[in-house]
Amino acid sequence: MTADTLRLDYRIIYDAVEPGARVLDLGCGNGDLLYFLARDKQAKVQGIELNDEAIYQCVRKGLSVFNSDIKSGLVEYPDQSFDYVILNQSMQEVTNVDFIIQESLRVGRKVIVGFPNFAYIAARFMLSFRGKAPMTKALPHLWYDTPNVRCLSIADFKNFCREKKLRILKAYYLGSEKLVEFWPNLLALNAIFVLTGAGEEEAASHIAARRLDMKAKSC
Amino acid sequence: MSQMKKKQSVGPVQTKYVTFAEPPNELSLELGGKLGPVTIAYETYGELNSDRTNAILVCHALSADAHAAGYLEGENAPGWWEDMIGPGKAFDTDKHFVVCSNVIGGCKGSTGPSSVNPATGEPYALDFPSVTIADMVNAQRHLIDHLGIEKLMCVAGGSMGGMQVLQWVASYPERVRSAIPIATALKHSPQQIAFNEVVRQSVMADPAWRDGNYYAYGQPEKGLALARMIGHITFMSVQSMEEKFSRRLKNVKYDFKFGADFEVEGYLRYKGDSFVKRFDANSYLYITKAIDYFDLSGGKLVPEERKADPRFLIISYRSDWLYPSVQSQEIVRELKMRRMDATYCELRSTYGHDAFLVEMDEQQKLVRHFLDKTFQGYEVVKAYDS
Repeated sequence: MTADTLRLDYRIIYDAVEPGARVLDLGCGNGDLLYFLARDKQAKVQGIELNDEAIYQCVRKGLSVFNSDIKSGLVEYPDQSFDYVILNQSMQEVTNVDFIIQESLRVGRKVIVGFPNFAYIAARFMLSFRGKAPMTKALPHLWYDTPNVRCLSIADFKNFCREKKLRILKAYYLGSEKLVEFWPNLLALNAIFVLTGAGEEEAASHIAARRLDMKAKSC
Repeated sequence: MSQMKKKQSVGPVQTKYVTFAEPPNELSLELGGKLGPVTIAYETYGELNSDRTNAILVCHALSADAHAAGYLEGENAPGWWEDMIGPGKAFDTDKHFVVCSNVIGGCKGSTGPSSVNPATGEPYALDFPSVTIADMVNAQRHLIDHLGIEKLMCVAGGSMGGMQVLQWVASYPERVRSAIPIATALKHSPQQIAFNEVVRQSVMADPAWRDGNYYAYGQPEKGLALARMIGHITFMSVQSMEEKFSRRLKNVKYDFKFGADFEVEGYLRYKGDSFVKRFDANSYLYITKAIDYFDLSGGKLVPEERKADPRFLIISYRSDWLYPSVQSQEIVRELKMRRMDATYCELRSTYGHDAFLVEMDEQQKLVRHFLDKTFQGYEVVKAYDS
């Protein structure tokens, strides 16, 4: 099995991460993404996950994972411990989003955030015309058992980044099978943003330097 | 498929002995003083491979011994980690060479206070020097040298065994590829020291202890049995005691004579009495002190400038109140600060501290998969093949 067979959001994140990068995945689930990053891109990966079964699956794949919630998972890490901190489909499940993102940017040079778009057309339709809490392919839960505690749209998140002075390095808007080109806030089920607080050039040069270092060691 | 293979025992095993540190080359001890000659009792299971990369050291807890798996001649009970060690088991003796040794200071074949002091021809008793977890590990290192192993693929153990695991990483990081500390701590809390002190006081309060010089007269049975009863309470949980005993009576009604009315009382008395037959009272004092002195907190586990990066698998049990999960999380915190590669999992169990010896399913799975990756890397991870 290769990374090409992964689901769309994993594929996008997989492609966005450079070989040899240090990656921390907050809410890594059963470790599918981290496994391919580690195996095929020689990334140095670490997961944080709360669910027992998911942790067993990660360990089965040979991954390192901490049994912890993501709120308290970052405190001990020194600044800039990772090249990427991934918050895929987990940001909307925490209340203190601002804190988590700031912490992620402290321990990571870049942060990859993936979340469901609450302003997706079908969600709007459900709320406006049927008068019901939205359920879509990206929001599959009923109102009473959803883990989501933050409801946001792509436009909301862009505003948030502007307000918090976060640089958006890349943005990907996802439909059910492929990327969405137009009117993402209306037509995208999910979005993935690559953010940084520091200068991109600086972050890139650090990764390049370490890759050279890795090569030198393997020779 | 190898995982489907019926799990077997390593079968008949023998305890072996190695002696080193003959005077004048005695073992220097952490707190000062010297010990020599030093004998270590150990057992091995499986075969060491030709490049000597498949060795696993298993470290025992307070009162256990080198007999971790299989059956000794004439004994019906298997070793103390039989469910973890054997062909097809978590520590798979088809793939790995497993070593377990008795700690120094103990009484199960390694040099301890009940051993004969060559200077006097009598048992050491309290002339035995204070030994620490670091000394126990230093002695194990001599054994590992003796077996011709440069680097251990893994060091694993629970409770005090977990402390030895941590000490291996602190003392000899370049000789450890991976570490599995289970239900353990970087240091004892005051509560844990308090229990150990009550345990020691109950031994020393027995007149038969005779300031440690009881070897000509027999063990301080009452004190040692009481000490062990206290220990057993701390190894269980509220739930496990409820499940095991509830308030069931040994007889139909109370006897009002301070006998063992309840099953739990009978159990503790039985455990205490049988312990006296198998464990030396002075060893109990020495080893509990070694545990209390142990302290690798504050960055001593992994120094900032380090020579090696062993992988970690840390396991704690939710119902373990003697070594609660927060203590394992402290280990995790130290490793995060050093950006170490580590896995931590808090397992569900109602067995309390005993869980690492009896609650096997998840522990086996985690250990087996962790070792597969450590030994063979990602390429051979079979997660997607089944």
